[in-house]
Amino acid sequence: MATREIISTGNELAAIAAVDAGCMFFGGYPLTPSSEVMHVVSDLLPAVGGVAIQMEDEIGGICAVIGAAMVGQRALTATSGPGMSLKAEQLGLAQMAEVPLVCVNVMRGGPSTGLPTRVSQGDILQSKNPSHGDYKSITFAAGSLAECYTEVVRAFNTADRFMQPVIVLLDETIGHMHGKAVLPTIEEVKAGIVPRKVFEGPAEEYFPYQCEHDEPAVLNPMYTGYRYHFTGLHHDKNGFPTEEIETCRKLIQRLEDKVALHEDEVESYEEFMMDDAEIMIVAYGAVSLAAKEAIRHLRADGIKAGLFRPITIWPSPAKKIKEHTDKIEKVVVVELNIGQYHSEIQRAAARLDIDGLFKVNGRPLSPHEIVSKVKEL
Amino acid sequence: MAFNYDKYLRLEKMPTLWCWGCGDGVILKAFIRAIDKMGISQDDVCVVSGIGCSGRFSSYVDFNTVHTTHGRTIAYATGIKLAQPDKMVVCVAGDGDALAIGGNHTIHGCRRNIDMTMIVINNFIYGLTNSQTSPTTPQGMWTVSQKAGNIDPTFDTCDLAIASGASFVARETMLEPKKLEKILIKAMEHKGFSMMEVLSNCHINLGRKNKMVSAMENLEWIDSITVSKKKYDAMTEEEQLNLFPLGVLKQNLEVREYCDMYKDIQDVHQGKRGKITQDDFKKKI
Repeated sequence: MATREIISTGNELAAIAAVDAGCMFFGGYPLTPSSEVMHVVSDLLPAVGGVAIQMEDEIGGICAVIGAAMVGQRALTATSGPGMSLKAEQLGLAQMAEVPLVCVNVMRGGPSTGLPTRVSQGDILQSKNPSHGDYKSITFAAGSLAECYTEVVRAFNTADRFMQPVIVLLDETIGHMHGKAVLPTIEEVKAGIVPRKVFEGPAEEYFPYQCEHDEPAVLNPMYTGYRYHFTGLHHDKNGFPTEEIETCRKLIQRLEDKVALHEDEVESYEEFMMDDAEIMIVAYGAVSLAAKEAIRHLRADGIKAGLFRPITIWPSPAKKIKEHTDKIEKVVVVELNIGQYHSEIQRAAARLDIDGLFKVNGRPLSPHEIVSKVKEL
Repeated sequence: MAFNYDKYLRLEKMPTLWCWGCGDGVILKAFIRAIDKMGISQDDVCVVSGIGCSGRFSSYVDFNTVHTTHGRTIAYATGIKLAQPDKMVVCVAGDGDALAIGGNHTIHGCRRNIDMTMIVINNFIYGLTNSQTSPTTPQGMWTVSQKAGNIDPTFDTCDLAIASGASFVARETMLEPKKLEKILIKAMEHKGFSMMEVLSNCHINLGRKNKMVSAMENLEWIDSITVSKKKYDAMTEEEQLNLFPLGVLKQNLEVREYCDMYKDIQDVHQGKRGKITQDDFKKKI
């Protein structure tokens, strides 16, 4: 694989990735610690004929993004916890109407205004169900500078494949981390772009929401001669509001199944020194960098620890987790919250004896803290 | 020959959920006639609506249509228009939609001056959800959320739009559909943000509890609180107090449209021109 090197920050790399992936629209609102994403796309997008607009609020930002996506564009928004809370209702509409978009959330301390400039991983469960109702979220967590780029690219392709929002979680540490990233070439990124499906037959035979039980809607771009209806209400094959019992049931079941029955397509994780591991550390995002260093120290002391790092955190790589937890007795989930992903690991493992190392004071976890915890197990 | 609306209607969605005698249908028909007169292809028009009775407007007309969340029409339309500046976008919202939950977008939509038309159907009440107070409900009227009588001061849609910088602001009622059609054409032809307030009736959920039990009585009330801009301007402040002026209240052709201005940003980043400075604008502060 041909590669290139860029020295930059996580937030900047996320912005560059969006434009390389064909994004033509950004709508957002300043929100520490994510604002650099907007700062960078506001230069890059107009240079390629795209648009970046700072809206009047977080809600306006994602509304504009959904609007641009309805017209057929790849569109991005970026924010942090308080902004995610504000965007929640619109993320629900995008799930319901099946409008693809990418939302980068650079996590900071919460709840509420929390610790605006400090790191946290407190939005894990929020990213699973940001809005009310039933649907199946897709969320990626970048664990390195390079992944701030590659996961945003993957998010755009995934959003168009499944016709729904895809959330990319960064955290303050990785968003503001500055260093070298080894990235795929632009040519490779462009070659990997899979645009969303389009119906090409006659307009009278087009039913955007009439699809197989496990497939997403096929939404032709607006203004192309296929007139239909977007709504957040339960809707029929043409997108029109309906309360017909079976149509309503099938719609919501399909929103679940279009992802649930194709989880293999989005599954992504890293196994680090897991081959002979007797202790399994589960970590994601910036914490995984500390975990890797901790594992090197532990191994030097003769303790066989390994890291399982989910990259696609929703849906979680549950089967793979169970495979490991069935064999490894000592499992510890390390995260910057009070066990948000820990509960998911317990569920996937079907075990209640999963240990945890949690931190919620806005400071990163050091390798030393992880080493100490593992030695206590 | 009578105008045939069939081409523009989604006939399978008829009848509408609007009550007998509701003004929304009159406004919908005036809108259709205006589009027809303008000669724009249905494929080139997008109608964005919010939540409430007016929210259903978009599902009845055969254009590209979007039924958004409560209050967000302008924000969705902003993305649609910026992504496809050559096509037309019309927002339809109610008074609660545009002035309460969506007030922020209304203010900034007016200020930004993106080329779109915002039709605010003002029936002075939350009709669909059974008579809660709206920002335009007159003080002293009964609402289900203020049964003792509404004390909340009211918003004037057009005053708000003018103060927020909308480049076209007009008000009409559904009492004179021909006039409404003409003024809608003016609003939609205006290049920039057009605020088009249309006063309408809700005899079911405003009227019945406020001594206007029939559609006719509700309409007579609307008639009694409106006067042409010409007459209004000749009145004393005291005479103006309980009246809404009708007609085009503001049109500014000098202020540049936002999508057009954004091309300058693209040109700067594409090296086609120097950076934008204060010298590019007549108004400096």
